[in-house]
Amino acid sequence: MPVDIDIAKVAHLARIDLSAEELAQYGAQLSVILEYAERVSSLPTEGVEPTSHPLPATNAFRPDVVTPSLTNEEALAMAPEAEDGYFRVPRILGEP
Amino acid sequence: MTDLADLSIAEAGRQLRAGDITSIDLWEATVTRIAYTEPHLHAFLTVDRDGARAAAHAADAAFKAGEDAGPLQGIPIALKDNMCTKGLATTASSRMLEGWVPPYDGTAVAKLRAGGAVLVGKTNLDEFAMGSSTENSAFGTSRNPWDTNRVPGGSSGGSAGSVAAGAAMGAFGSDTGGSIRQPAALCGVVGMKPTYGLVSRYGLIAFASSLDQIGPFARSVEDAALLLEGVAGHDIHDATSYRGEYPTFSDGLDLGVKGLRVGIVKELMVDAIDSEIRSASRAMADKLADAGADVVEVSLPSSEYALSAYYLIAPAECSANLARLDGVRYGNRVPADTTDEMMAKTRAAGFGPEVIRRILLGTYALSAGYYDAFYGQAQRVRTLVRQDFAKAYEHTDVLISPTTPTTAFEIGAKTDDPIAMYYSDVCTIPSNLAGDPSISVPVGLDTQGLPIGFQIMAPALGESTLFRAAAEVERLAEFTARPLLAVSKETV
Amino acid sequence: MAEWEAVIGIETHVELQTKSKMFCGCAVAFGEAPNTNTCPVCLALPGAIPVPNEEAIEGIVKIGTALDSTINKDSLFYRKNYFYPDLPKNYQISQYTFPVCEFGKLDIMVDGEPFTVGITRVHMEEDTGKSRHVGEGGRIHDASHSLLDFNRSGVPLVEVVTEPDIRTAEQARAYGAELQRIVRTLGVSDARLEEGSMRFDANVSVRRGPDAEFGTRTETKNVNSLRSLQRAITFEIDRQIRVLEEGGEIIQETRHWNEGKGVTISMRIKEESEDYRYFQEPDMLPLEIDEEWQQRVKANQPELPAQKRARYVGLGTDTHTAELLADDPALGGLFDEAVGAGADAKQAGIWLTQEVVAYLRREEKTLSATALSAEHVAELATMVAAGDLSSTASKDVLNGVLAGEGTPREIAESRDLIQISDSGFLDTEVDAVIADNAGAFEKLVAGDMKMIGFFVGQVMKRTGGKADPRLVSEMVRTKVQG
Repeated sequence: MPVDIDIAKVAHLARIDLSAEELAQYGAQLSVILEYAERVSSLPTEGVEPTSHPLPATNAFRPDVVTPSLTNEEALAMAPEAEDGYFRVPRILGEP
Repeated sequence: MTDLADLSIAEAGRQLRAGDITSIDLWEATVTRIAYTEPHLHAFLTVDRDGARAAAHAADAAFKAGEDAGPLQGIPIALKDNMCTKGLATTASSRMLEGWVPPYDGTAVAKLRAGGAVLVGKTNLDEFAMGSSTENSAFGTSRNPWDTNRVPGGSSGGSAGSVAAGAAMGAFGSDTGGSIRQPAALCGVVGMKPTYGLVSRYGLIAFASSLDQIGPFARSVEDAALLLEGVAGHDIHDATSYRGEYPTFSDGLDLGVKGLRVGIVKELMVDAIDSEIRSASRAMADKLADAGADVVEVSLPSSEYALSAYYLIAPAECSANLARLDGVRYGNRVPADTTDEMMAKTRAAGFGPEVIRRILLGTYALSAGYYDAFYGQAQRVRTLVRQDFAKAYEHTDVLISPTTPTTAFEIGAKTDDPIAMYYSDVCTIPSNLAGDPSISVPVGLDTQGLPIGFQIMAPALGESTLFRAAAEVERLAEFTARPLLAVSKETV
Repeated sequence: MAEWEAVIGIETHVELQTKSKMFCGCAVAFGEAPNTNTCPVCLALPGAIPVPNEEAIEGIVKIGTALDSTINKDSLFYRKNYFYPDLPKNYQISQYTFPVCEFGKLDIMVDGEPFTVGITRVHMEEDTGKSRHVGEGGRIHDASHSLLDFNRSGVPLVEVVTEPDIRTAEQARAYGAELQRIVRTLGVSDARLEEGSMRFDANVSVRRGPDAEFGTRTETKNVNSLRSLQRAITFEIDRQIRVLEEGGEIIQETRHWNEGKGVTISMRIKEESEDYRYFQEPDMLPLEIDEEWQQRVKANQPELPAQKRARYVGLGTDTHTAELLADDPALGGLFDEAVGAGADAKQAGIWLTQEVVAYLRREEKTLSATALSAEHVAELATMVAAGDLSSTASKDVLNGVLAGEGTPREIAESRDLIQISDSGFLDTEVDAVIADNAGAFEKLVAGDMKMIGFFVGQVMKRTGGKADPRLVSEMVRTKVQG
């Protein structure tokens, strides 16, 4: 069963700017892969708990202790653009 | 006389401690080997000549002062370029991170430095460890030292190739669905994926967090155990790091397999696996039985769905893990008028097609209305795979299978067919889903002269048993062949 | 047609004042130079992964317990995926199903009426960085570019979500104020609205009467004081009613409270509902807050503001004084000690909340910077009760103590404020005055009670103002009856 995908919406959610041509190409490829991946649904899993994690453990914490931070210079060393100790980006449109 | 670059870590360690050789000797043999193999292999993205030389000097000084930080002191070791190294470029083979220099060492790297290892450089991989051939590297494909027209496997192809060619005495890679064991098999070396949580993931550029594990490449099982001991252990920086005790892996390698209950996995011995590889696996199973193991056939019925489940779980996790690559704080940026556009353009330009494919796939699998049918269902299948293993281990100690469905394939052979490429990991993925340790040991060559890998799997934290079985497989296989590239520079 | 009724739910974000951040060892600090409290984890460098801060989990359990919540034994972290430049990972580690706390409640008083706000959930998450918009007055849409500071990135954040139980802006304010008192009392946050360590989002809709369906709601953000919470909600209720009465429609949207103009402004219309693609955080293990942990937090819970207020009223203060004392930990603490040292609660409460507060405000001092101790308050109260000091003089003495001039008795003596309450001496004085003013006394005996004041005044005059006027007044009355 071919899988129907709104590939433009998916690309927007993933913040990847693709041309119409690329979208069509990725859409077709994803459809094939998902058709294969969809085989998982043929396995009866009623009452089966999902596994998110292979370790059967809980509560891995760190104590509330301050450890050294990077210096401002180190933090900004790899920044594409910086200004006055800040990371600089183009205009931000809208709120999250 | 043996070229020092071809020594095992264990043997080099003996000679270093006996004062017969120095770490600088090992480094020079290694850098000489790199000089004539690298033009053919392209296993490395960065060779840290200055850093390695300094580390070799420091190791020699330590030996001289009677200081011994362990079996890796003075040993030249290569690192997959998705392991963060302070002050040394770390790219994950992505344009996105071209030139990025981490301000920190990952925990495994820090442990290696503390253990006196000589870090040779950073090896090539499929971009962000997504692939089975290194063809997805933004910086060129690595080649298989057994046949440079063929892939070394992946994603840790550079690490596998460097160890096979003697360009490093050992190496580390990461294994999410087979990215250590598959290239190890294709390059004729030992490759091992530890129990999930045994090696800290802090500083490993994440692909799929619930599956990723760092593990070693070596030319012997003993070396693999020594390498693993050098990086294993609890880490406060990784919440998923294992907190309990575990035995020393390199003890008991000589115990043999008498009485060991070995299960050969029925579903991984099917027609889709190359017949020569199946024969080699069957032959090794017989040898194990002759050596006293109790070999039976076992079934992991859900394993045929493991690949499908993996290709939903791993992309889903990666779609979030790679979201941080947005051109804001580091990495390459494509300028644009607004930040939103900048991010979308940066990510389109910075990621290669396979990475984009998987991000889109994972984004889709997690999106509203599809989550349960895809991601949720894949997680339930993961549970079934784990239950299959648990059931099999009720009456076996280890499981065996081929490592890969084929030996090394030609460059370009599968690049247009993602599913065919994904199928390379069909034998290795179940252990990742289960979180269990697994190792590939070379057991012979096929009729084309290409190495065949044999996989051994054990239950979580069963590393000691795993290494013990692997050491016996190594003895029984008597695999001594070396790629031509590593044997004689005159012939290349 | 039924009257309009508002339906209000509040989401509150509380930054926890742990020493280090939620998932890394960077310091939690306010107002430092940009990008000086960051590390690979909170900058989301490749390879860095989070490890949760145990103290932050302790903090949310404290809040959940104080809000009468069910603490879920098993609780999970999720990734909430959305791209925004102040969110370094482009996902926020938060909770989704299985939050730490659910099904709580908070009892508040509004105009003397008790009111219960249901708490849907209390969950743990992390704060974002901060962006500054540069150019054209710093407004987001007109900015030329933006600057990002990640010092706040990864600060532990607790979100408290109410049921849509609130009906008026006054109730909303009372709820916000009480929640602020609680987190401060628990010591988990300074809850400063103006600094953003406590932030409210108000979900408001209106409907025709309590039986009608809920209307379309808006979410108002950028409310950074309790007063603006009340104003913003009042504005939003009025706006929605006006729109609906004019035949318009309410659009589900996020609105921004503009403090200067006193209005809410539409920020954007959500084109489609957000698709956050929540999934369980694979870098983290499940939380297990077992019975023992829950019981320990419960056992160590400090006296909550409501409990404290009730206790103060029980001791004899009026409701208003009890609120003031309970709101100020320093004053409340001194009050408790003073009462413990024997001071009359009502008297001590009034002194502390009136004279002392006025002094502190005037002098711009904190209580701890003054010389006032619980023993002083107790001594002062004893002196007044014994009649050694008039109520008026006690205020002067109190100010003297605050200024560090000495103990109440020392000050009262040095300022010559000790009252004469020796009844033998005063009796003689009263008799003398009566003898001198026989005519006036006759008027008094005849029933002109106004004359009492005259006699008291005469005695005060004779004693240089030091007689206890209450006592003198009583004596004069006795003489009349006698």
